Amino acid sequence: MNDAKTPTAFWDRTMIGLSAALLVLLIVGLVLPQWALSFGTVGVYLGIVVLGMALLMRTGLVSFGQGLYYCLGAYAAGTLDHFFNLSDLLVMVVAGALLAGVVAGILGLLLARYRDIFFAMLSLAFSMILYGLLVKTSQLGSTDGFGLSVKTFAGIALSGGRARYLIFSFACLLGFVAAAFMHRYWSSHLGRLATAIRDNELRVEYMGESVRRVIHLNYVISATLAGIGGALMAGAIGHVDPETTANWTTSGEFVFIAILGGTGSVFAPFLGAGIFEAVRTFALERFPNTWQMSLGITMLLVMIFLPGGLWSAFRARRRTA
Amino acid sequence: MATILEAKGLSKSFGAVTAANDINARIEQDSVVGLIGSNGAGKTTFINMVTGYLKPSAGTILYQDRDITGMQPRRVTQLGICRSFQIPQLFNTLSVYENIRVGVGIAGRSRSAPRQSEPEARAQIDRLIEDFGLGGYRTQAAGLLPEGVRKALDIAMAVAGRPRVLLLDEPTSGVSADEKFRLMDMVMSALAAQRVTVLFVEHDMDIVSRYTHRILAFYEGRIIADGEPQEVLQHAEVLRYVIGEQLHVSAGKEASRAAD
Repeated sequence: MNDAKTPTAFWDRTMIGLSAALLVLLIVGLVLPQWALSFGTVGVYLGIVVLGMALLMRTGLVSFGQGLYYCLGAYAAGTLDHFFNLSDLLVMVVAGALLAGVVAGILGLLLARYRDIFFAMLSLAFSMILYGLLVKTSQLGSTDGFGLSVKTFAGIALSGGRARYLIFSFACLLGFVAAAFMHRYWSSHLGRLATAIRDNELRVEYMGESVRRVIHLNYVISATLAGIGGALMAGAIGHVDPETTANWTTSGEFVFIAILGGTGSVFAPFLGAGIFEAVRTFALERFPNTWQMSLGITMLLVMIFLPGGLWSAFRARRRTA
Repeated sequence: MATILEAKGLSKSFGAVTAANDINARIEQDSVVGLIGSNGAGKTTFINMVTGYLKPSAGTILYQDRDITGMQPRRVTQLGICRSFQIPQLFNTLSVYENIRVGVGIAGRSRSAPRQSEPEARAQIDRLIEDFGLGGYRTQAAGLLPEGVRKALDIAMAVAGRPRVLLLDEPTSGVSADEKFRLMDMVMSALAAQRVTVLFVEHDMDIVSRYTHRILAFYEGRIIADGEPQEVLQHAEVLRYVIGEQLHVSAGKEASRAAD
């Protein structure tokens, strides 16, 4: 926050950390069991979505409707396979990102005018409109959604035992690219403006910058990341439906993970997503009727002891070291 | 000297309250102008209209012969009119360095200002930090700074925009008496090398008479005196309505009459 030095070298500490994490995950993934690869993939695609949430939160905005773009990404991937017989994961992710980005570009024109609870509720409203439309659209499976299969990744066949590893590797690679991009973005002039806008919009305008333009741009970036996450999810799970994508509970989960992990670093959303998924999986297995309570207690503890999110524990350790 | 800023028949009403009433003023390039007047006299309203925060009810504002009336604040800033605030408007969670960096970054991307390279931008930030005595606070969060330093940072952020016209709203309010002159000396010496026209609102007449070439005295939304400091500060209406000496004299006479 208060670092007077501005990192200009590409290989700073964060970039080295991200590269090391990618390398470790790719190597460890070779020996991980299938369930762990699935778990890791879920953590990464959720982390990518929450990375976009973190950008919005740095700008002082909380979206309760990020599920809209997650859903668009997922359905873009699903319809490519379902209706056009295009089942390449890379194509699906690109399509998901594009669709989410374009829709955010249009909706952002309106949303960038709103702040605080109005922004949150309006974003939620758009998400619920999509949810309502999907529920009523029988061609897209209504409430049940529909299944899809991913056959290739950039032309490489995804079959047999290595399929999960390849999807996991691709997810990690995308997570790395998204985090590296966001790290550079946060260090850039536009990235700094996000925090400046959160602190004092009036001053930003008086310095000659359009607050609405910056918010619009950040909104499109965050939506694109949600679209990537949604497409990855669809490819990894092999099924899309409105309930687990566009419904408000999914958007709520993204907010939950963002608060759990924190917004202080590009690592934080991935840490938050991993912990969230671990707690949910463990709680569902051990306390199937009260698993939500475990998540609630986790959040309560984090908010009391680490109000800056789980990642702030690492920052505090580094400061005291 | 050429006129850089001109107000013609500028008025602003809030319902039944008239905050500015037919203000006419020409500001010459490179001059330092003091705006004086009691609270509610219309000084800040004038600054707010020039910088686009308030849209005038009537009248026009010309900047370099261009009509900027009712223009949005960011457009006005992009043209070269920057301002500081009575209550410093900072980015409280960012460091002093980053606060200035945001300003330098925005100015560097403006179409009206020459583009800056990264080393040039850094050099400008360092220069501003040094000029405004912020070296000891470089990495501190702006929200934790003492008031005098916040004021200096607020002005430094305005100067970061490389202004042609700089409007300072009560730059020394909230600053201790010993610090006022030091702060104004810093501001003026930082601007000395640049061709900047300065307008500042001030209540301290010692500051006004020391640093300005010209004074505009406001009362009830009107300009009641306009001229050189010695002339304006002796103006009967200014003495009566702005400085209040007439009132003190009258009050003194009343008191001695009562004592008799």
